[in-house]
Amino acid sequence: MRREPPRAIGDYAPLFFPAVMLVVFFVVPFSTMIAVSFFKRDQAGFYTPDFVTANYERFLSAFFGGVLGFSLMLAIMVAAVCVLVAFPFTYLLTQSSRRVQTIWLVVLLSVLSLSEVIIGFAWSTLFSRTAGITNLLVAAGLMAEPQALLPGFGAVLTGMVYQALPYTVLVLYPALVRLDPTLMEAARTLGASPPRAFFNVIVPALRNTIVATLIMVFVFALGSYLLPQILGRPQHWTLSVLITDQAIYQSNMPFAAAMAVFLVLISLALVGLTLLVGGRREASA
Amino acid sequence: MRVFKGVWFFLVALFLAGPLIVVAGVSVNEKQSLTFPPEGFSLSWYGQIFTDDGWRAALFSSLLLAACAAALAVAIALPLAWFLWRRIAPWANVFQLLGVAPFILPPVITALGFLTFWATVGAYGQPWTAVISHAIFFVTLPLVTLSLGFASIDRSLVEAAATMGADDRTVLRTVVLPLILPYLVSGYAFAFVLSLNEYIVAYMTVGFTMETLPIKIFNALRYGYTPTMASVSIFFVALAALVFGLIARFGDLRALLGAMPSDGK
Repeated sequence: MRREPPRAIGDYAPLFFPAVMLVVFFVVPFSTMIAVSFFKRDQAGFYTPDFVTANYERFLSAFFGGVLGFSLMLAIMVAAVCVLVAFPFTYLLTQSSRRVQTIWLVVLLSVLSLSEVIIGFAWSTLFSRTAGITNLLVAAGLMAEPQALLPGFGAVLTGMVYQALPYTVLVLYPALVRLDPTLMEAARTLGASPPRAFFNVIVPALRNTIVATLIMVFVFALGSYLLPQILGRPQHWTLSVLITDQAIYQSNMPFAAAMAVFLVLISLALVGLTLLVGGRREASA
Repeated sequence: MRVFKGVWFFLVALFLAGPLIVVAGVSVNEKQSLTFPPEGFSLSWYGQIFTDDGWRAALFSSLLLAACAAALAVAIALPLAWFLWRRIAPWANVFQLLGVAPFILPPVITALGFLTFWATVGAYGQPWTAVISHAIFFVTLPLVTLSLGFASIDRSLVEAAATMGADDRTVLRTVVLPLILPYLVSGYAFAFVLSLNEYIVAYMTVGFTMETLPIKIFNALRYGYTPTMASVSIFFVALAALVFGLIARFGDLRALLGAMPSDGK
């Protein structure tokens, strides 16, 4: 049966339920959130309809500038570390047997599906004084006594890399597994060593994939809402944490909504900017 | 090269497994203390998941929520994926984009959208709002697996059925559905496992009226650690590994994640 354009109105029937669900429960909530970001906070209830820009004006403070800068810096670091580790790993994985690939994919999916709560708990245990890795170092005689490695920036970064690494591998996997194997063979035939072929042929060939992956991991890391809270100090809180905090604990929904709209705009702007830069470089190359 | 590969694989494996090994160690402590290496050995903290009222209730609400949400997600994704495969209607791709968007955006955004929405319509805190919210949040997964499934169908099979006089409905029931069943099951399983582990959307929709397991773990984190949290975490890892292992066993996990189907190696 060939694909054909819908002719009768009845041909659209299958689209009805999905369209209604997605519009009512995604488009409408998203628009509600944008509307609420202009509402006024109501101490007793949630909010009162209004049109004020006060929620947005609160961004124009050194405090929010700092939080925003920190969130972006953290997400960039997470993305960079993840791609640096995951790219060679994924390449080597695609060179392995099907069986090895499948086992790794099961492991990666299992870790990826872990709740942020569980990841936070696991790393806070690993970094703790009583159950942490420092106990192993003490046992090995490398350290005098166990100590806690959290809360701190290192703990936040480690936890977020842990969360994003399986995601990075799975984003890279389709491009690498479909890579033409003759590319590598040609490079090898011409006398390149495997590392040389990898850096001079594979990496440049997949430059666009790498940039796209960096952006996706960056946005993924921006969304981390619990790890900075569990593993870090208040100065390590990101925009996502602040949004949760304002919405739930301070019950200031209009302000939380304004921050969320801001986060969407920032993500979109950065993605657009990166695409623009990438496209220009592509054109000049 | 081979040595390098071995070392790289080992380091990644150690990094991924490290925290889980420590948590697994903590979960078998005999006394109520979080020490590693564990003191004594006891599986009682695993029993606690089922015997303690609070943990058991949280486990059941999580399972129920995940089962319903994944079913609803599949019910939304299946007709949409079928329509996109069957018809040429470029504007309908908008709905595909809508189906993928909640998954790409930072989760806090989607969660806050639901919170404001349910609060505005006055249903905030009702358990069923979490089902709908999770179904929309995870509709991406069955949508992607089903789209892959439809793309893998050999159109000449469908053509043959139509030539023999089968109408759309018959073709769908006798040819198309059996062929995409594995993709449907994997889409359901992906959504189920992720819904089970999801925290922020559940918390912002029903956080104050219902405790799912991730919410319960987070609440417990704030009042002090117990080994039960460790055993629940390991239980969840094992459950996820089991589900994905089954998909890999009975389906082509590599193809689901983007490899060409049936490329020999």
